[in-house]
Amino acid sequence: MSDTAITAGALPAPKAENAVAWGFSRAQFGALAAMIVFLAVAPFVLYPVFIMKLLCFALFALAFNLLIGYVGLLSFGHAAYFGMGGYIAGYSAKALGLSPELAILGGGIVAGLLGAVFGWIAIRRQGIYFAMITLALAQMVYFFCVQAPFTGGEDGIQAIPRGNLLGVVPLDRDMNMYWLVAGIFLGSFLLIHRIVHSPFGQVLKAIRENEPRTTSLGYKTDDYKLVAFILSSALAGVAGATKSLVFGIATLTDVHWSMSGEVVLMTLVGGLGTTFGPVIGAAVIVTMQNYLAELGAWVTVIQGVIFVACVLAFRRGIIGELGNLLKVKL
Amino acid sequence: MEDLFGIPAPLLFGQVLLGLINGAFYAMLSLGLAVIFGLLNIVNMAHGALFMMGAFVAWLLLDKLGLGYWWALLLSPFIVGAFGVLLEKLFISRLYKLDHLYGLLLTFGLALVIEGVFRNEFGSSGLPYRIPPELSGSWDLDFMFLPIYRAWVVIFALVACLATWLVIEKTRLGAYLRAATENAPLVQAFGVNVPRMVTLTYGAGVALAALGGVLAAPIYSVNPQMGSNLIIVVFAVVVIGGMGSILGAVLTGFGLGIVEGMTKVFYPEASATVIFVIMVIVLLARPAGLFGRA
Amino acid sequence: MATHQRGRLPSGAQLSAPGVRRRGVLAAAGALAATGTVPARAQTPTIRLGVLTDMSGTYRDPTGPGSVACTQQAAAEMASRGLSVEVLQADHQNKPDVGANIARQWYDQGVDAVVDVPTSSVALAINGIAREKNKVFLNSGAATSDLTGPACSPNTVHFTYDTYMLAKSTGAALAKAGGDTWFFVTADYAFGHALQRDTARFVEAAGGKVLGAARYPFPATTDFSAFLVQAQSSRAKVLGLANAGTDTATCIKQAREFGLTRNMRIAGLLMSFMEVHSLGLPTAQGLLMTEPFYWDLNDRTRAFSERVRPRMPGQAMPAQVQAGCYGVAMHYLKAVADMGVAAAKADGRAAVARMKAMPTDDDAFGQGRIREDGRKIHPSYLFEVKAPGESRGQWDYLKVVATTPAEEAFRPMAEGGCPLVRS
Repeated sequence: MSDTAITAGALPAPKAENAVAWGFSRAQFGALAAMIVFLAVAPFVLYPVFIMKLLCFALFALAFNLLIGYVGLLSFGHAAYFGMGGYIAGYSAKALGLSPELAILGGGIVAGLLGAVFGWIAIRRQGIYFAMITLALAQMVYFFCVQAPFTGGEDGIQAIPRGNLLGVVPLDRDMNMYWLVAGIFLGSFLLIHRIVHSPFGQVLKAIRENEPRTTSLGYKTDDYKLVAFILSSALAGVAGATKSLVFGIATLTDVHWSMSGEVVLMTLVGGLGTTFGPVIGAAVIVTMQNYLAELGAWVTVIQGVIFVACVLAFRRGIIGELGNLLKVKL
Repeated sequence: MEDLFGIPAPLLFGQVLLGLINGAFYAMLSLGLAVIFGLLNIVNMAHGALFMMGAFVAWLLLDKLGLGYWWALLLSPFIVGAFGVLLEKLFISRLYKLDHLYGLLLTFGLALVIEGVFRNEFGSSGLPYRIPPELSGSWDLDFMFLPIYRAWVVIFALVACLATWLVIEKTRLGAYLRAATENAPLVQAFGVNVPRMVTLTYGAGVALAALGGVLAAPIYSVNPQMGSNLIIVVFAVVVIGGMGSILGAVLTGFGLGIVEGMTKVFYPEASATVIFVIMVIVLLARPAGLFGRA
Repeated sequence: MATHQRGRLPSGAQLSAPGVRRRGVLAAAGALAATGTVPARAQTPTIRLGVLTDMSGTYRDPTGPGSVACTQQAAAEMASRGLSVEVLQADHQNKPDVGANIARQWYDQGVDAVVDVPTSSVALAINGIAREKNKVFLNSGAATSDLTGPACSPNTVHFTYDTYMLAKSTGAALAKAGGDTWFFVTADYAFGHALQRDTARFVEAAGGKVLGAARYPFPATTDFSAFLVQAQSSRAKVLGLANAGTDTATCIKQAREFGLTRNMRIAGLLMSFMEVHSLGLPTAQGLLMTEPFYWDLNDRTRAFSERVRPRMPGQAMPAQVQAGCYGVAMHYLKAVADMGVAAAKADGRAAVARMKAMPTDDDAFGQGRIREDGRKIHPSYLFEVKAPGESRGQWDYLKVVATTPAEEAFRPMAEGGCPLVRS
């Protein structure tokens, strides 16, 4: 029994990529344009705070997808980086009085460092062991955050100031904050796309398809996996840091294992290994949680049902199925 | 009073004994996981939820039908095991051709559903379940009071684990099982109904979890989160032990229970994380786990 | 079913379950009809109370649907005096971000006061939002004394209890009554530490001694036996449980199993009689706990409890936090009636100022007042759980062993560090 991670069999078959520009195919380019238009129009039509929440989770899911979708590594502990990014940003903005851009950057860097250590430990095993190890390590982070004084324990870090961007733009106004979040999201989206379509990204995909063969071709696969892990956790940290500034709080919710489960669900619903899937998946799940919050614990049940349904019937996810239907890669 | 490492010896013995009790649950759960993993190659994320179900079924049997602890000990594993068989037939069996990770995701989804349903139905503040009168009371061991029920848990868990081991290692059925783990198509070719064996194995692993749940019901309060709190630690136990060996899972379970118990004396703040720390050390020194085959 | 409501909200605000929500309006309307004041008052703007509570988690039983029922009871009683009141509800799942999201949208869409909010982290988050939007926050369920300390706000009233009150009543009263040596089993996080620290201070001030404490990892611990055995070998007279919810219940269960109750008294520092209810008297008998409300305290509490029971889930007796929701909603609505609905809706700060200016008087808590820092004061009671033989009925669980008068029960304003208090 080989212990390879999620394989191509379950994913949309990789097709020849006829890139138009920057590694985007024609269809992807259209989707990207649609997304940018949405970002520009949305805050005038919808509740900006809600869109910001959505974008933070979309970025989180994109970061997670970098691992599962392109390297085939299922990290079941990504909440650790997301939550830690939030705590670091919250602490540096509130207690240290750092400006928002530094707070977010700090959140990303610390999450990346944490990812470097955990990744180094976890890549020693593959497949399901990798998943269990990341889950266990994330649980450790959770316990640390419950006890550490700087996180505020159960109360979390409250009333985190949004501050002034670069010292001039007041982020207390929702619209200003929105443009910052939209910028971070779009920048990270393009960065991830760039990574995936770089020579480095090609090696990652080779590892996903067949790790032993990649090794035999002379690549140090562990190094590639580790770098991918660090990138993914740093971006997850940026997402968490941004979220903590948007809402002004950083709490244990974001480091709990159920958050790790949620990001898996978002990516699965949208489509593992697709460019736009995580964004759509995050939008679907966040919207659902918002509309159904009144149902309390039934939300968990519904999420569980979606998990089961996706695994059994829609392994390609929304975007994967759509792409399959339209015969394009999205 | 003699001191060992600056701690009164009686207190230390007491804690080792208590650690064994936690270890009993770790052992039973990781054993079930190992058995399921061995044949089905999936990590059963629903294991914690099914453990919880075992406890709830015991509570329901008492509350609705008036059937007490001893009936629950017999019936609950059967009921939950049958439920497990149903899960395997309906859902899990569809995934064998796919990557193992899908099994993990599916069972995680099932765990969410089961836990959510129980939380809606019974709230989360916990339901009382009394220790059976035959096992209540405690022995005065000089160095501590040992509740009889706790001793019962350790002994019963040991017996259950050994019985499982004997079945797998020493019986014909166990031989089929081990053979199917190595090469299922070949065993099928010899006329053994492998799919049915797989289903029943899953049922048996689940029944073991439910049995743990019944044992736990009188000690812990019966609540929907009782499984998920435990299962992540059990995953770490499994990583430490390696899933290759049945006996390894049992030994690691009890051993880590004792280690955790000792931590509660020397440095209680770390007792939640000690198993994870050990996991990291083991991964660095021996990635395949203590009893694993690389 | 109320979909037009949702369509209006930009991102699908979490309004209450439609059925319950409608019931709230009906209850108020029914009361209106009964007194025949409908035509005259039909034009008055409606006051909206949003009960934000734990509908699905650990604190559901002592808060949750019961808090909603008690708020509705207050709304119905005040509706008979001509106010038009609507009660909404939502589940914050004990997550600060979820709670903050709901409260923000509620306030933006015409909710005047958020009621209850157990779980300190969520309460602190909403405390800030209410202040920012100049609305009202009527807290009953949260334990943190920071709400009337460093985090105090001119828009917040903290009604029922806080950690200081619990620590003082249980610690001081028990130490005076002979429970002068203590051992704590403490949840290892900020709340547990605060509860242990405060209680220890009162125990020592009353001449008692703390023999030791065991901190257990939270929330990872399900087996407390290791810590209980340490407590046992300390030979202290009182075991103080500085934790909450399921942990407390499990500790009590296991303490009995290990025979601690033979020579120790157990004091649950944060307990509600709902936990006694779920543990059952055989297990819980002899426990000590502090509450400011119990249904069987006096004629008025009994009358209130009988009045609200038909609305309660499972016809349960109201617990302290739930009764607090009634008390605080009553007082708020009285202040609203006094100053005029339009003025109260326009300025949350003014409404809270009016609440502080008026003496309080309701059936659940009797007469009292709200201090400058937002703290409602009333007596606190140290209760002992009855033995099964003493209990005369299904809900007959507690007997009073000590009373701390209102003026001494809570932290003096000068010590709280509330910036609103002029020194």
